[in-house]
Amino acid sequence: MPDERSIPQLVDHLFRRESGRMVAALTRSFGTGHLQLAEEVVQDALLQALRRWPFHGVPDNPVAWLYRVARNLALDRLRRHTLIRGKEDAVRESLSLAASASRAGAPPDARLDGEITDDQLRLIFLCCHPSISRDARIALTLKTVMGLSVGEIAGAFLSKDTAISQRITRAQRLIRKRKFPFEVPPPDELPARLDAVLEVLYLAFNEGYSAFEGEQLVRVDLCAEALRLTTCLAGSPPTDRPVVHALASLMRFQMSRLPARVDSSGELVRLADQDRSLWDPAHLRAGFGHLDLAARGSEQSVYHLQAIIAAHHASATGTETTDWATVVGYFDQLLEMHPSPIVALNRAVAVAHLHGPSAGLEAIEDIRDHPAVADYYLLPATRGELLSRLDRPFQAAEAFQEALEGRCSAPVRRFLERRLAKAKERAVAISH
Amino acid sequence: MATYMFLLYNGPDDFDNISPEDMQGVIERYKAWGDSLEKAGKLVGSNKLVDEEGRVMRGRGGNITITDGPFSETKELIGGYFAVNAASYEEAVELAKGCPHLDYGTLEIRAIDEDH
Repeated sequence: MPDERSIPQLVDHLFRRESGRMVAALTRSFGTGHLQLAEEVVQDALLQALRRWPFHGVPDNPVAWLYRVARNLALDRLRRHTLIRGKEDAVRESLSLAASASRAGAPPDARLDGEITDDQLRLIFLCCHPSISRDARIALTLKTVMGLSVGEIAGAFLSKDTAISQRITRAQRLIRKRKFPFEVPPPDELPARLDAVLEVLYLAFNEGYSAFEGEQLVRVDLCAEALRLTTCLAGSPPTDRPVVHALASLMRFQMSRLPARVDSSGELVRLADQDRSLWDPAHLRAGFGHLDLAARGSEQSVYHLQAIIAAHHASATGTETTDWATVVGYFDQLLEMHPSPIVALNRAVAVAHLHGPSAGLEAIEDIRDHPAVADYYLLPATRGELLSRLDRPFQAAEAFQEALEGRCSAPVRRFLERRLAKAKERAVAISH
Repeated sequence: MATYMFLLYNGPDDFDNISPEDMQGVIERYKAWGDSLEKAGKLVGSNKLVDEEGRVMRGRGGNITITDGPFSETKELIGGYFAVNAASYEEAVELAKGCPHLDYGTLEIRAIDEDH
C-alpha cells in the first residue's frame, strides 16, 4: 500500500535521542554555565513540534525540522541574552554536527540506539561531576542526559517535584559558579570520574528495577535508559573499559529476567520460581558478551562480581542446579570489596541455598539491626521465607507482617500478603 | 455527506513539564487519529492557527476598532481545526471521539452550511 508509506513516521524514541543530542550540542556552544538555557531551548523546540504537528502532520524530515527550530530559538535567545554574546557561529556549528550524527543513519537496535555524540559524552561527565552531591548528580543526569521529566524523577525517588527541581537548580548553579569544563576528563582523572558516572547509572537502573510504589514492579523505561547509556559508554573509545562492560553485563542479565519476573496476572514471581525459558535470550547473549569484554585485564569491580553472580544464575537451569558454593564465594569477595547490608542479605539467600535455611537465618541475624535496612521489606520477607521452610509459621507470620510495614510496590505487597496468609494457615493447622 | 469543522480549543498545551518521550507519545496519538481519518477518506484538511498576533475588529456605526488578540491566555482560544466529511452529526461525533485532544481540551463540532 504505497499510500501508507508516504506518511512520514516517527522513529521510536526520536525525541528523547535528539533532545539529548541537542542539549549537549547547545551546552557546548553556550558554555556549561548555561546548561539550563540549553535545556529550555530544546524543550521549546519540542513544544513547537507538539503544537504544530498534530495539525500539520509530521514533516518529511522531522529531525531537520527540530534542528532548524532549535537553531532559530537558540539564536533568538542569544540576541536577547546579554551574558552570552558572539556565540552564533558556535551554535550553528555544534547543532549541525549533532544533526549530521543523527543523519548518519538509524541505529541497528532502535531500542538501545548505541551511539552518542562526543558532546553527549562530555555532558554525562559534566552532570556526574563528583563535586555535585550524589542525589543531585542522579537527578541532573536523569533529567538532562536521559530526558526524564521532573515528575518522573520525583516518582522514581519518592520525592516531591519541588525538591527534585531545587536539587537540579543547585547543581546547575554549582556548575556555573565553579565553571566546570565541557570535556571528557583527561586520562589520569578518567577512572575516578568514570566511577562516579557508573554509580549514577547503576543507581538509576536499580531504582527502576525495584520500584517501591504503585502497580509497576519495574520501571522499565528507567532501566532501559540506564542500560542504553551504559551501552553507549561501553561503545565509545574513551570509556570502552572493562568496568563499563561489567556494569552493562550486569544490567543485561537483570533485564533478561523481566519477562519471567511477573506472571500473566501481573504478580511477582521469585527467582526460584521463575520459568527460566522466558529469560530474554537477546539480553542473555549480550550479558555474556559484555562479561567477556569485562574480563580483559585484571580489573575487578563490584560490577564484575555482581555480573559474574548473575551469569551463574543465567547458566543454571534452576536453583537446584546452581553452583551455590561458587556464588557464596563471589558474595564473600563482594562483601569484602563493598561491605553493605544489602549485599549481606543477598549472600544470606545464597547461604540458605547452600547450607539450608537455618544457616541463611543466622547470616541475616548479623545485619538485622543495621540502620540502612531498617525499612527494607526484603529483609523480613527473606526471614519469613526461611522461617516458613523451617516450619516455624508463627515467626514467619511475624516476619511477613513486619515486611508489610516497609515500603514496596503493590504487586510485592500482594505477594507478601499471600505469604502471610499461608503462614497463618499453617500456624492454625499445627496448633490444633 | 457534509463537511464538519472540528474546532480544537486551547491545546495541546500545558506540556511544559513532560519528558521528550511523552511529547512524542502525544504527537503520535494525534497522528494516529489524523491518519485514520485520512485513510477512511474523511479528512478534508487541518490547520493550526498562530497562537498570538491576531486582531479583533469591531464595527459600530461606521467606527471600526481594531485590537490585538485574542491571546493564548484566553480560555476560549481556537488552536486549530480539522475539516472532516461525515454523513451526520452522529457520525462526526463518532469520528471525533478518537481525538486525543479530548484529554487536553475542548473540541467543538460545527457543520458547514452547504445549503446555498
